[in-house]
Amino acid sequence: MKKSNQRLISIAVGLAAVGAAAALTLNGLRDTVTYFYSPTDVYAKQVQPGTKARLGGLVEAGSLVQKADGAVMFNITDNAQTVPVSYRGLLPDLFREGQGVVSEGEFGPDGHFIAARILAKHDETYMPKEVVDALKKSGEWRPEGGVPKGAMPSAMPASAP
Amino acid sequence: MIAEIGLLFACAAFGLSIGQALLLTQAARKGDSALLASGRWAAGLASIFALLALLALIAAFLRSDFSLAIVAHNSHPNKPLIYKIAGAWGNHEGSMLLWCLVACVYGFASASRAPKDGSDVAWLDARAAAVQGVISSLSFAYLLLASNPFARLDPAPLRGGDLNPLLQDPALALHPPILYMGYVGMSVVYAYAIAGLWSRAEPKAWAKAARPWALAAWSFLTVGITLGAYWAYYELGWGGWWFWDPVENASFMPWLAGAALIHSLLVTERRGAFADWSAILAIACFSLSLLGAFLVRSGVITSVHAFALDPERGIWILVLLGLATFGGFGLFAWRARGEPGEPFAMVSKEGFLLINNLVLVVSCATVLLGTLFPLISEAVTGATASVGPPYFNATFGPILALGLILAPAGVLLSWRRQIGWTSLRPLLGGVALALIFALAAIIGASAPWLAASCAALAGWLLWGAGVDLHRRAGGKTFGESLKNVRRVPLRGWAGVLAHAGLGVFTLGAGVETAMRQETTIALAVGETGAAGGAQFRLDGVETSEGPNYYIDRARLTVTDGGATYAMAPERRYYWAARTPTTEVAIRDTFGSDLYVAFGEPVGASGGKVEAADDKPRWRFRVNRNPLIGYIFGGAALIALGGFCGLIGRLGRRTAGSPAKAPV
Repeated sequence: MKKSNQRLISIAVGLAAVGAAAALTLNGLRDTVTYFYSPTDVYAKQVQPGTKARLGGLVEAGSLVQKADGAVMFNITDNAQTVPVSYRGLLPDLFREGQGVVSEGEFGPDGHFIAARILAKHDETYMPKEVVDALKKSGEWRPEGGVPKGAMPSAMPASAP
Repeated sequence: MIAEIGLLFACAAFGLSIGQALLLTQAARKGDSALLASGRWAAGLASIFALLALLALIAAFLRSDFSLAIVAHNSHPNKPLIYKIAGAWGNHEGSMLLWCLVACVYGFASASRAPKDGSDVAWLDARAAAVQGVISSLSFAYLLLASNPFARLDPAPLRGGDLNPLLQDPALALHPPILYMGYVGMSVVYAYAIAGLWSRAEPKAWAKAARPWALAAWSFLTVGITLGAYWAYYELGWGGWWFWDPVENASFMPWLAGAALIHSLLVTERRGAFADWSAILAIACFSLSLLGAFLVRSGVITSVHAFALDPERGIWILVLLGLATFGGFGLFAWRARGEPGEPFAMVSKEGFLLINNLVLVVSCATVLLGTLFPLISEAVTGATASVGPPYFNATFGPILALGLILAPAGVLLSWRRQIGWTSLRPLLGGVALALIFALAAIIGASAPWLAASCAALAGWLLWGAGVDLHRRAGGKTFGESLKNVRRVPLRGWAGVLAHAGLGVFTLGAGVETAMRQETTIALAVGETGAAGGAQFRLDGVETSEGPNYYIDRARLTVTDGGATYAMAPERRYYWAARTPTTEVAIRDTFGSDLYVAFGEPVGASGGKVEAADDKPRWRFRVNRNPLIGYIFGGAALIALGGFCGLIGRLGRRTAGSPAKAPV
């Protein structure tokens, strides 16, 4: 095969591969990207049932109900709006009423959020970044309620027994 | 005192790295062997001083010297010895010191590898070691200016805050050093690319010199990533082993580019072709390593396990990333040869390696796009987006599958010439084996299509590896090859093991991803529940205490098939770090793992509890993960293949030319 032909074929194969990959990628992104919603966003944007999303805010005090079979119900609030959430599975450690939380899942037909995953929290002072941003937006951010990691030296006040 | 000594050692290593860069540059320009020897000394001393600095830091951790900021933030007197040592690199500053040490050692190794005969290869090695000296000194500059591990606290606290408990784990104690051998190893590969462009090296000689470094870095990266995945599996307690998290992607992108580079260097070394492309890949590998460091350290992307976040440090890494990338590609644009290599037919080894590279680079690009998309989206539309496993499964999976289908054929084809399809005849058996694997999966385990096609791919790859070994052993019959198999040289095993490992991995990853089961149950003491095809009886929950944590341990009796055994998952609470962790119980049953995580008691989170009685109940998450061991085993085989190629090559240079310096 002549060199010019060879180069031509290489380029053609390359373009075809890149094109196929781009098509796959764009298609993949369209169907699989999930956006973050605060409860206020959910109402403002009139989210359709079936929309995949990450929903974040605070676990509303007094809203948590747990059943013996593992079903869990609670509300996520940004103190302006509230969205009911249902979940089946292990709650992450340190999941508490009044604490920040991010859940992944989709909106059900009656507007409540069906969580497939509740994101883990690694220590007591950590607040998910999206939740902080959302709370700041709704004007409900109170730093004493949860300090983002890094803003406070996590080491000093050791509560040893 | 020890901190000041450590800082002094780090400064000395910084100075020596600059010396190494200057001496070796002069040596290469003047062709002066004496200067080369002094440069080698400077590189060796830099490594020793960097090691001493790290030892000083470890000493500070062992003595729990809380006047040091990072000791106070990351250690505690009650912490076990091994985690006091590992704590030295279980944080940002300490891990940067480790980075510098590894960079120095690689620099010394490449300077030592330079033969003393004043040949072209010697000056190539010297130039690479000089570039590596620049990389080490920039790393030290970053360490000393932006993340000094020896910074003092005034006043010193009485107690430390403990190492993040998730990191107090044997796999994670080893994970950073090995991962860094990989990440920083990419800097040597980069250094060789720069040295090659700088001296306009002859492609074959350049590839021959650079290839062992690419193999070393890539093999260590493989081990490091596998350790990380294994750790995530048993320590995070989420039941999975790969989450397509930005931190994971950060290590996976240089791995993919590195895999492409190893294959491309093979062509450059044997045929002199793909020389420019290999240089581009080498530069890209290190840029991707630095990009990974930037993503992990700066916190620009929300990750489920990002540690040590600091935007200011991010800027510094971004500057280094910019320097390395634009410097590298700038030099490439200026000095690249731009000559096509020897011509080849499309159906030849070169042709298939070209496709291999396209597949790896394009799949790397899809991972990059998925990782950066949240950043792009936030900058452009302001919406906080996240890209999860569905995206990567839909894009990365099919692209890589194409490469896996072609791999066994590429191995058998000959260089340059198109010799028809006869050389591929031995692969007909592979088609049969693929069908057998797929049918076995569908009939034996009613596998869904994804698992069945991965099983088919695995059969195909394993057959291909077998045919390759048969060919290398050179026997006319299967039995004859079996007798000869001991005589196959190490570097012959490299491709065989790595491709077989890829097959084993594909089988495990496909079956596990498509067929894992997850159930949550809540049990009171004495109650029995069914999950994952087994019966669980909770016999009791006991409490005890570890060195720096409390333990809640569940005693479970499991009836699984005909067997009955005990499992004891734990929850730990590290009181100094005020963090709970999950210690899962794992039982390996005929290739599938039964995996039990122990949750908080029902009601511990507050709120109402609706149950038939008011007995206390605990939650358990039970996963049945089929063939998960094949994932880690396959990855280990891939790494073993890489190391075989590396050791086989190191031996060859010494054996083939006894006059040259031993390595």
